[in-house]
Amino acid sequence: MPSTGGTRLIELKGVRKSYDGGKSYAVAGASFTVERGEFLGLIGESGCGKTTTLKMINRLEEPTAGSVFVNGQNVREQNPEQLRRNIGYVFQGIGLFPHRTVVQNVAAVPELLGWDPDRIQARCEQILSMVGLPLEDYGARVPGQLSGGQQQRVGVARALAAESEVVLMDEPFGALDPITRVELQEEFKRIQQELNLTVVMVTHDMTEALLLADRIAVMKNGEILQIGTPHELLNNPQHDYVKKIVDMPKRRADRLEEIMRGHS
Amino acid sequence: MSDNLREQLLLLPVYFQGHLLLTLAALSVGICISVPLGVWASQSPRVKRPLLITVSIIQTFPSLAILALVVALLGGRIGFLPAFIALTLYSMLPIVRNTVSGLESVSTSVVDAAKGIGMSPRQILTRIQMPLAMPVIVAGIRTATVWTVGLATLSTLVGASSFGNFIFTGIQTRNLVAVTVGSLASAALAVSLDGLIGLVQGLAEKQSKGIVERKHKRAGAIAGSVIVLIFLAIAYNLFQQEEADFVVGGKPFTEQYIMAGLISARLEDAGFSVELRPGLGSDVIFAATSTGNVDVYLEYSGTIWASFMKRSGNPGREAIRSAVVQFVEEQGMTNLGFPGFQNRYALAMRRDRALELGISSIEDLIPIANTLSTGGDLEFFGRSEWLRLRDLYNIDFAEKLTFDVSLMYTAVQERQVDLITAYTTDGRVAAYDLLILDDPRNAMLPYDGMLLVSDAASSSPEFLQALEPIIGGISEEQMREANRLVDVEGKSVSEAVAYLQGQL
Ligand SMILES: Nc1ncnc2c1ncn2[C@@H]1O[C@H](COP(=O)(O)OP(=O)(O)OP(=O)(O)O)[C@@H](O)[C@H]1O
Ligand SMILES: [Mg+2]
Repeated sequence: MPSTGGTRLIELKGVRKSYDGGKSYAVAGASFTVERGEFLGLIGESGCGKTTTLKMINRLEEPTAGSVFVNGQNVREQNPEQLRRNIGYVFQGIGLFPHRTVVQNVAAVPELLGWDPDRIQARCEQILSMVGLPLEDYGARVPGQLSGGQQQRVGVARALAAESEVVLMDEPFGALDPITRVELQEEFKRIQQELNLTVVMVTHDMTEALLLADRIAVMKNGEILQIGTPHELLNNPQHDYVKKIVDMPKRRADRLEEIMRGHS
Repeated sequence: MSDNLREQLLLLPVYFQGHLLLTLAALSVGICISVPLGVWASQSPRVKRPLLITVSIIQTFPSLAILALVVALLGGRIGFLPAFIALTLYSMLPIVRNTVSGLESVSTSVVDAAKGIGMSPRQILTRIQMPLAMPVIVAGIRTATVWTVGLATLSTLVGASSFGNFIFTGIQTRNLVAVTVGSLASAALAVSLDGLIGLVQGLAEKQSKGIVERKHKRAGAIAGSVIVLIFLAIAYNLFQQEEADFVVGGKPFTEQYIMAGLISARLEDAGFSVELRPGLGSDVIFAATSTGNVDVYLEYSGTIWASFMKRSGNPGREAIRSAVVQFVEEQGMTNLGFPGFQNRYALAMRRDRALELGISSIEDLIPIANTLSTGGDLEFFGRSEWLRLRDLYNIDFAEKLTFDVSLMYTAVQERQVDLITAYTTDGRVAAYDLLILDDPRNAMLPYDGMLLVSDAASSSPEFLQALEPIIGGISEEQMREANRLVDVEGKSVSEAVAYLQGQL
């Protein structure tokens, strides 16, 4: 487990966020750390504050209280644009640039970082084939000419293109069919381990979190109820809600096993 | 081809040049102002509402009012500049509005993503929002173009030449050929520019969908350069033109076109170069002459008395003459003199009918007025002239009917009415052989024609000498005849000018 011995790459300390001047909190106190090379899953029901938490890491939102550190430095002291260029981000709404081709979308961050064109071209080729959209077939298309799942893969490729150490992903595999989804999850997990990427991934899908993440943070109503490894969450849920959401994949897995064994 | 049509077509290049330059200049400046304003508004809600309200209000102003206002704000300056400013203001609404709505229509998830990958606000604007909003912005420019081409015809009224010169002169001198040429030319220009910008809009749409090819880009660049080149060529040509020695102005009706033509002809015969600015509005031309933007035109004593001195009452022809002469001098102008005709309201009737009833003056009407019917133009019975007529002579008519002017003359000609409120120099008075009744009690305000001259021009002896013969040189009958040639016989203005020249 890379959680031992690594440095703390992302750290949130008592972070709170209110969109209405303090009447209510979208994030009501989040403190956690993500080690270098660690894969953190962020899970919880709709509206519980997952996206808001993610956005505070690259300063797309500013915390109402508390501090966020990336690479040991308070993000408040970092230039937001530089910070964002160095953090890959897969957006919940995908957000591809409709007037740019697939290659141009993927090349967007390397261009902002001033890479030379040959390097950008090579990187685009590499990353697009990694997400299963070979450049020679898909590179010249525009997002409007892709399926929803293909667009999502371009979104992932864009986040990975600039070889950032840190990647934030907001439901990156939501629109994919089950087979492609598993393939891409496994492919991404392989890349993450190979490059030792530090990942925070928001998901609704507990199975996905359990299979991909090193640790999982469970959120409810703006608060983090429990953070732990999949093993800890499955065997020692400390809240009813946590128990409920880990039980579901467990029950399904048990049921599947029964079916395989021939019981019905 | 008729002479008339040939005469109009000869004018086409000059008016085309004026119209196109005015339109393109107003549009380019309009775009340069409106797009940044729209961008600003889309980023700042505090700016957006006041800005959109302001440009909408400008739009609701009648276009003529804006033109007059700009002329006034420029201290009476007429010609290209005020027309250009007014048209620029008018072009703003569709461009600002479409820029705002175009930028706002860019999906927030796209803008958020641009921000999220680390684009600066400027990069987001130039690389993401503007390209995506461009089709909508260009659509706004397209609307503004069609409006501006149409409105540019009105710039004639403030002395800028455009296709409007055909239209206004044509309407006033009943020259349908001129009206048609002007309208068709203006429509053709609007359609061509609309088509050209439509091409650009198509390209912008392709580009916003990411399907632009290199050849499209080249086509776009060529279209853009062509527009810029035309623009520069015309502008260069226009500013190369030497300034004329004198500017002759005129208002938009037949007598004024003829007199402006006569004045120009005399000045040109004396070796001066002349710029003719016909069809100006009454307030505009008076202000322009007092500031020296127009050097000479024909004004009427009653207009100065009632409209500019805001006086009511009628102290008589001589008293009004001397009052207005003094007034124009206070306004920095000189009255060169009175040609000798009045163009005032008068009661007129068929000569045979007058003989039959034994009438030659309004006083003769007193015993029988309540058996007679009178036709007036659309405003006469609401004017102070009518009130004075009624009170001074203590008369009223059995019937008071209101007519469009040309129908009014037909009505008296065909004996549908006994009397009409004619204009004393109207050509139809001569054509229908109407008798103008004397007005011994001065009910009707006197409208003595007078030549108003700018300060600069009045200090040139050669200028004064060239116009000298006009003073006291044109009688009411002669002016009426000149008007008749144009209005009734359909002769051109230059033929009427030649007739008056022969009479001097
Ligand atoms: N820009 C904003 N302004 C005001 N309220 C907001 C804003 N963004 C989010 N919220 C509110 O904050 C709360 C948390 O939103 P957030 O987007 O973080 O939820 P989430 O956990 O990502 O949900 P989902 O799974 O549906 O994406 C919600 O109640 C949401 O309505
Ligand atoms: Mg979310």
